[in-house]
Amino acid sequence: MTTWHDYLKEEGQPPSWPYPIRFDQEQEIDTDVLVIGGGIAGCWAAISAARQGLRVALVEKGDTVRSGSGGPGCDHWCNAPANPLSRVDPDEWAQHMASRPYSNGIGIQIQCREDYDTLLEMEQMGGKIRDTGNEYVGAEGRDDATKFMISPRYGTIHSYLPDPRVGEPNFNPPETRNNVVIRVWGSTFKPALKKECRRLGVKIFDRVMGTSLLTENGIQGARVVGATGVNTRTGEFMIFKSKATIISTAGAGSLWFMCMELGGYTNMHSRAISGDGTVMAWRAGAELTKMEASAVTMIATGYRHKWYSGAGDASYENVPLVDAKGRRLPYPIQGWVDAGAMVPAPGVEDKIRQAIMKGEYELPFYGDFPSMPEVERRATWNLMLGEESTTRIIIDTFNKGGFDINRDLLQSYKFIEGQSRPQWRDAGYGGGVLVDWNLKTSLDGLYAAGTQMFAPEDHSYAAATGRYAGRKAAAYAREAGDLKISCDQIEKEKARVYAPVKRSNGIEWKELHAGIGRVMQYYVSEFKTESLFNIGMEALERIEQEAVPRLFALDPHKLTRSLEDLSMLEYSKIIIHASMARKASSVPLNFQRIDFPAVDPPEWNKFITIKQENGKVKTGELPPDFWGDMKNQYEAHNRDYTGVYKAG
Amino acid sequence: MSQETIYAVPNVPTPGSPVKFNPEVCDGCNICVDTCPIDVYIPHPQEGKPPIVLHPEECWYCGCCVVDCPRPGAVEFNWPLQQRGYWKNKETGKTHQL
Ligand SMILES: Cc1cc2nc3c(=O)[nH]c(=O)nc-3n(C[C@H](O)[C@H](O)[C@H](O)COP(=O)(O)OP(=O)(O)OC[C@H]3O[C@@H](n4cnc5c(N)ncnc54)[C@H](O)[C@@H]3O)c2cc1C
Ligand code: SF4
Ligand code: SF4
Repeated sequence: MTTWHDYLKEEGQPPSWPYPIRFDQEQEIDTDVLVIGGGIAGCWAAISAARQGLRVALVEKGDTVRSGSGGPGCDHWCNAPANPLSRVDPDEWAQHMASRPYSNGIGIQIQCREDYDTLLEMEQMGGKIRDTGNEYVGAEGRDDATKFMISPRYGTIHSYLPDPRVGEPNFNPPETRNNVVIRVWGSTFKPALKKECRRLGVKIFDRVMGTSLLTENGIQGARVVGATGVNTRTGEFMIFKSKATIISTAGAGSLWFMCMELGGYTNMHSRAISGDGTVMAWRAGAELTKMEASAVTMIATGYRHKWYSGAGDASYENVPLVDAKGRRLPYPIQGWVDAGAMVPAPGVEDKIRQAIMKGEYELPFYGDFPSMPEVERRATWNLMLGEESTTRIIIDTFNKGGFDINRDLLQSYKFIEGQSRPQWRDAGYGGGVLVDWNLKTSLDGLYAAGTQMFAPEDHSYAAATGRYAGRKAAAYAREAGDLKISCDQIEKEKARVYAPVKRSNGIEWKELHAGIGRVMQYYVSEFKTESLFNIGMEALERIEQEAVPRLFALDPHKLTRSLEDLSMLEYSKIIIHASMARKASSVPLNFQRIDFPAVDPPEWNKFITIKQENGKVKTGELPPDFWGDMKNQYEAHNRDYTGVYKAG
Repeated sequence: MSQETIYAVPNVPTPGSPVKFNPEVCDGCNICVDTCPIDVYIPHPQEGKPPIVLHPEECWYCGCCVVDCPRPGAVEFNWPLQQRGYWKNKETGKTHQL
């Protein structure tokens, strides 16, 4: 017996809800620092605040042990220019990384300065970061003294574009490589982080969804003094009173998707990533930015195959990509030959497509593992793919199913499954909460870290910024005065949270989600105009007025999903507000307006900010490098930084 | 032939189950129930029995439930049909599917 239907058949009745129902109960927790979202950034924030000797509470919708995008693993510690093998200066490298349009110079500077320290602390906690078992002796990039495994990524420049010199003789030789990205055994990380939280006495509230922020006297824009939440298994209402609060719930994963039955693979992220933190911050009056940006889900599965939620599938890291006849394709393989390039040069994709049509290349394409040197083959399969994340279960099941890297070609889904539709979009890696050099938001008492912030990067960025936000929030909490909680604000939130469980029919969360997704696909996708935005906004408001009052949830789990939908509904509205404010097209923001066709005109080279004041939407703007001189600003804000944690 | 009750039930959510439990090996410790970030499972009302798959269509295929199970062979991954990858033997040219 495995499924619910099996149970019904055997027992003659459905199982009753396995957890106590506590819709009418509440718990109050008093803490110095509250962290909402126990993923990579959140765990690091909690650990770092607790190391300052403060009381810390960590709220996680799933279970901290494996939750979040980085829960299953991580194989690239992406930006550690301060490591001893690096050939670049961390401050110069940070400048290079932040030269990409609309990036976050603050977060990148923190990452470049502190990422290596963060990695060493990961090792202290029990995370594996070196080839201590000597499994990969002889692999390219392995340093025999430190046993670090350097990755080909970012070999010459950042890998988001190919280096124009790829293909030149003696391109990217070992002696000149940047050596900023380190391969790691990230499946060991998340359990180690949870263990360290416990060791430090962090109070972990697993299976609690944060639902709103509490502001002083309930006033929008005032200091943040805590949060509310709901237990996803019991429905119990949670009230957290905190001197400082850090939000780290990541982005919004599935706004544009409608297919609930295929939820897990129509999205790069787990469905728990639903924009909650951004919406909580928005309701409280915090400023957001870059909310108009979105991307077509190229590397997510979309409705595509599941090879660790997509990405470059079999071409991943050093595996030569060949056609069905064994002819090598001119496609980047994120390897040493192309210095880790993650996307092809313009025109390459089209050339291959035309060659397919002419019969010059034959589908399907394959990753030619057997042609690789033995140690590289193992490193790609067991380390890169085995440790990356959701890839671990993929290599395990392939191994069990009889696939042999020494003998077999692994099918690539590139080209054969076609392009993602422009209507399959992802908001997750664009907009977010605006922060300053303390990773403080525009509200006192509220900090943000990781993907929660605008223009986020990767795993190690989440780790380093979480660690940083934790110590800054702790410093604030130490000085913070009394909390003035508003009972009225709590009561209103309680009514909002429980509304769906007061009904037993109407519209369920799946239908609501799909309805929101449809509006986003029609009115906020490939074709962008003022009038489409207006129709979209009206459609979302109609959903709010007509569908939301009929939303019902039969148990605490479905209540959680329903509340996620409400976050996504609000998130969608914010995207439209921000989109209307940008009256120009932009390539890096993936934002093409038919009614404002000028592409990236210089006067629009700025961040659009957006917030609520007394319930009214206010937009503003910031220069593209509003953070100032990265090195000087970092140093001015971190004179007291003490480096790697000394246990004991 | 004994007459089995045929219940009127809604369609089974699909994909139907991300895993297959082996009741001979699984001791119902529920570690997978608590590892799963999504609550795809609930504990079985009877102690010692494998968990019940309640929300299979919400799974994000992270694999953590299987990877972290302390009893080898108690649970194995069950990819939905349309997500089973292909490979080809380089020598013989024969293709296989997971
Ligand atoms: C398949 C895959 C492979 C990847 N591989 C790599 C890699 O090799 N290298 C790399 O650098 N990066 C990699 N990444 C990216 C990396 O995992 C993310 O950048 C990183 O996890 C971001 O950390 P975060 O803390 O911002 O978000 P997450 O780790 O996703 O954490 C967010 C947490 O917030 C919780 N949450 C959400 N809403 C609420 C709420 N309302 N209340 C309470 N909790 C809430 C979620 O449950 C989750 O645990 C990969 C991502 C994926 C999906
Ligand atoms: S499958 Fe494994 S983890 Fe899950 S209940 Fe059975 S023994 Fe425990
Ligand atoms: S694969 Fe992940 S999401 Fe799916 S049931 Fe297992 S732990 Fe849960």
